[in-house]
Amino acid sequence: MARALINVPPRARKGDIIEIKTLISHPMESGYRAGYNGSIIPRDIIRLFVCEYNGVEIFRAEFSPAIAANPFMSFHTIATESGAFTFRWTGDNDFAAVETTSIVVE
Amino acid sequence: MTSSGASANAGRRDFVFRAIHIVAGAGFASLVPTTAARATPDMLREAIDKLVGSAPVRAGRVKLDIPPLVENGNTVPMTVSVESPMTEADHVTEIHIFNEKNPQPYVLAAYFGPRAGKAAFATRAKLSDTQKIVAIARMNDGSFWSDSADVIVTIAACVEINE
Repeated sequence: MARALINVPPRARKGDIIEIKTLISHPMESGYRAGYNGSIIPRDIIRLFVCEYNGVEIFRAEFSPAIAANPFMSFHTIATESGAFTFRWTGDNDFAAVETTSIVVE
Repeated sequence: MTSSGASANAGRRDFVFRAIHIVAGAGFASLVPTTAARATPDMLREAIDKLVGSAPVRAGRVKLDIPPLVENGNTVPMTVSVESPMTEADHVTEIHIFNEKNPQPYVLAAYFGPRAGKAAFATRAKLSDTQKIVAIARMNDGSFWSDSADVIVTIAACVEINE
């Protein structure tokens, strides 16, 4: 599985807006570059990123070849209840990665 | 020199010029692997039209934050934020980022709900040239708002091969 870095505050007060940062290792090969022999390197990108908070989708992003290698994504949510965040990346060549983190809301 | 000699000379000069053009053109073509290797402002407009249809796109509410001068087009940080209370009644549903001169006009589409709390995100993009970036936000009432920024890129993405 691809290596992913996730930054979610471990605790938050109920109602606070928290920032979530994610970074996953992936080449994001655009499909527009030529290799050494002149042929085009085939496209290999992450196409979709979804974040769920206790099973409810809170953020979704569709990536294009114009996203940099090792896609970084930062976004926000309201801390409503303790529980788990699930992060899903899916892409070309059956790429799939899932990470989860938990948060305590008081 | 007679007048006919001058015209023959002109004809020869013309031929040489044309030959140079053809050779230069062929050389250029062999360097560029695909015919549609680059988006144009027209493709940007088409992509935006596909998103908004005939709805008007107003400037404002959206803030697209990109450094005006980037050294490396391979990773260009960008932040988009939209002025919105993010309540059930009034929130941002989508933010789309488009580019003008990459091989294709899309960068990213982000989907939100009222649970986001704040309509903002940050990511990093690849830019192949100095160009204009456009961010368009769709509100839950169906209105579109936009912002654009010009970026100068000194080293373009997709040039060197690092394998």
